[in-house]
Amino acid sequence: MAPSAEGAPSRPLLETRGLAVAYGERAVLSGVDFTLQPGSVVGLLGPNGAGKSTLVRAISGVLPGYTGSISVLGENLRALPRKELARRIAVVPQEPRFDFPFSALEVAVMGRHPHLHGLAFESAEDVAIARRALERCGALHLAARPIDQLSSGERQRIVFARALAQQAPVLLLDEPASFLDLRFQVELFDRVRELADEGTGVVAVLHDLNLAAEYCDRIVLLRAGRVVAVGTTAEVLTYQNLTSVYETEIYVDLNDITGSLVVTPLSSRARRRLRELLPADDSPPTP
Amino acid sequence: MSSPSLALRLVRVVLGLSLLLVVAIAIAVSFGAAEVGFWQRLLGGAWSETQRAILLALRLPRVLTAAALGGLLGVAGVAFQALLRNPLADPYVLGVSGGASLGGVLALLAGVAGLGVPVAAFAGALASLIAIERIATTGGRLTVFTLLLTGAIFNSFSAALIYFLQSVASREELSAIVFYLMGRVPSAGLTTLVALWAAGVAITLALFASARDFNALTAGEEGAQQLGVDVERLKRRTFVIGSLATALAVATGGLIGFVGLVVPHLLRRLLGPDHRILLPAAFLGGACFLVLADLAARTLAAPTELPVGVVTALLGGPFFLLLLRRRALAAGGELSATGSEANGHGPQR
Repeated sequence: MAPSAEGAPSRPLLETRGLAVAYGERAVLSGVDFTLQPGSVVGLLGPNGAGKSTLVRAISGVLPGYTGSISVLGENLRALPRKELARRIAVVPQEPRFDFPFSALEVAVMGRHPHLHGLAFESAEDVAIARRALERCGALHLAARPIDQLSSGERQRIVFARALAQQAPVLLLDEPASFLDLRFQVELFDRVRELADEGTGVVAVLHDLNLAAEYCDRIVLLRAGRVVAVGTTAEVLTYQNLTSVYETEIYVDLNDITGSLVVTPLSSRARRRLRELLPADDSPPTP
Repeated sequence: MSSPSLALRLVRVVLGLSLLLVVAIAIAVSFGAAEVGFWQRLLGGAWSETQRAILLALRLPRVLTAAALGGLLGVAGVAFQALLRNPLADPYVLGVSGGASLGGVLALLAGVAGLGVPVAAFAGALASLIAIERIATTGGRLTVFTLLLTGAIFNSFSAALIYFLQSVASREELSAIVFYLMGRVPSAGLTTLVALWAAGVAITLALFASARDFNALTAGEEGAQQLGVDVERLKRRTFVIGSLATALAVATGGLIGFVGLVVPHLLRRLLGPDHRILLPAAFLGGACFLVLADLAARTLAAPTELPVGVVTALLGGPFFLLLLRRRALAAGGELSATGSEANGHGPQR
C-alpha cells in the first residue's frame, strides 16, 4: 500500500494490518484489519472480552507488544515519538482517573500537553482552547471545580473536553457514555458527530447498539479478538450478525418516524410472545 | 478569566516563600542556648567576638543545613507522591533511606568519624538505589507496584540488620547509633553546606523540568502516555532523582520524619496540585519547616538538645492526622452531596 499524496482525501487516518495482541499466552486480538477515514465515526462493537478496548489501547500506542502493523496518518506507530502520537490521537478512556484534585479547567488544559515543548507553560491561547473545549462539552460552568468533587458523568465530560483540547485528527472513545445519563449521552454523541463532520476520524467502543446505530457511519463487529463483520451500520447491524456474536436473540427494526435502526435484545418473555405471533419462521425479518 | 497566569503565580509563590524562609532563618539564628545579640546587632549595637563566633561558625551553618535538608525532603516527598500517585507517600517509602541508615551505622561501628559517616551513608543509599532499580525493573519497565514492595522490603531488611548490629554493639556505640538514627541537623562545614544547597537547587530544578509530566501522570500511566508523556523515562528519572535527594538528606541528617509528608500535603492544600508550583514551593516550605523544627529542638529543652526527628514527628504527626480528618470529613460530605444529586437528576436549568 503506497501512501497517497499529502492531504489526498483517500489517505486513511488509521490503518491496521494483521494486528495481533496477546496478554501472555492468551490471544486477545488476531488478524485485525481496520481502517479509519477522515470524517467518519466507526463503532467497535462486540460482547465483553471481544478485544474492543484492547484495539483502542493498541492504536493509542500503550501496548508495545503487538504484531502486525498500525499506521497513523500514513506513518508507522512504532516510529512516532509519544508526543507526536498524542498530537495525532486523543483518547477518552473508559474510567478516567485522577489522583490529585486538579480543577476541571486544569484537566482540560492538560490536553495541550503534547503541543507544549520543554518547560513551556500553557499560553493564553492554550487556556482559551481548553475553555472552548469545556464550553463545547457543556462543562464551562464546572471550570473551577476540583475534579474529584464532580459526579462521574461530569468527569466524563471534562475528560472529553481534554481530548478535544488535544485537537487531534483522530479521536478514540472507549465507552464514553457509560456514566452518562440519556441527555448527556445524546449531547456527547452530537458533539462527536459534529467533530466528524469537521473532518475528525472517530473510533468509539460502544455497548449501546442503538447509540451505535444512530451515530456511527461504519461498524466493526468483533468476537473473541477477530473481526466478524465490517461495513455500514445497516450492513452490520442485522439480526443474524448480532444474534450470533452476542449469543442472545437481538431484533433489528426501523423506526417509522425517525428512520433510525432500532436494536432490541429479546428477553425470554419477548421471545415467547414473538413465537406466538410468528408461528412458523424462526428468524424475524430484518430491514 | 480572572485567575492570574501560572508564571505569575509561580513568581509570587517563590518570592513569598523565600521571604518566609529568610524570616525563619533570621529567627532561628537569633535564638539558641547562648544569647548572641542578633537583634542588638541588627539595631546597630556592639557584638562580642564570642557572640560573633557562635553565630557565624555554629548557628548559621546549622540553620542553613536545616534549610537544605528540609528542602531536599520536601521535594523528594512531592516527587515520590507524584511517582506513586499517592499523596501519602514520603521520601522514605522506596527503600534508599534503609540503605543510607545501614551505611551510616556500619561506618559508626567501624569507628569512622566526621564526614566518613555521611559519605558511607550516601554510598549505602546509592547501592540500594541501584539494587532496587534493578529488582523492580521487569522486561525493561519499572513497575511502580514492584518498586513500592521492593522499597518496603529493603527498609525492613535494613532495619533488621541495624537491630542486629545494635544487639552486638557496645554501649557507647549503641547510643551513637540510636542518636544517629533519630535524626538531627549537624552544623555542616562550608564545603558540605555549599554542596547540599547546590544539590538541593539542582534536584529541585531537575524535578521541575518534569513538572508538567507529573501533572499528566495523575491521569494514570496509560492516560499520561496518551497525553504524550514518556512514562517509563519519567518513572526512572523520578525514582533516581528523588532517591538522590533522600540519600543526601538521610546521609547528612539521619531519619528526619514527616517533613516530606506534611509539607507537600499542606502546600497542595494551600496552592493546588500543579507540580510546577508545588515543587519549588516544597523546597522552600520544607526548608522553613525544618529550620523552625530545628529551632524548637535546640531551644525547647535547652541546654539539652532534642533530636529534630522527634520534634518533626511530634509536630507533624498530630497535624497530619488533623489534615486527614478534615479531608475525610470533606469527602464524606461530598459523597452524600453526590448521592442526592444522583437522586434528583432531572432536567437541569
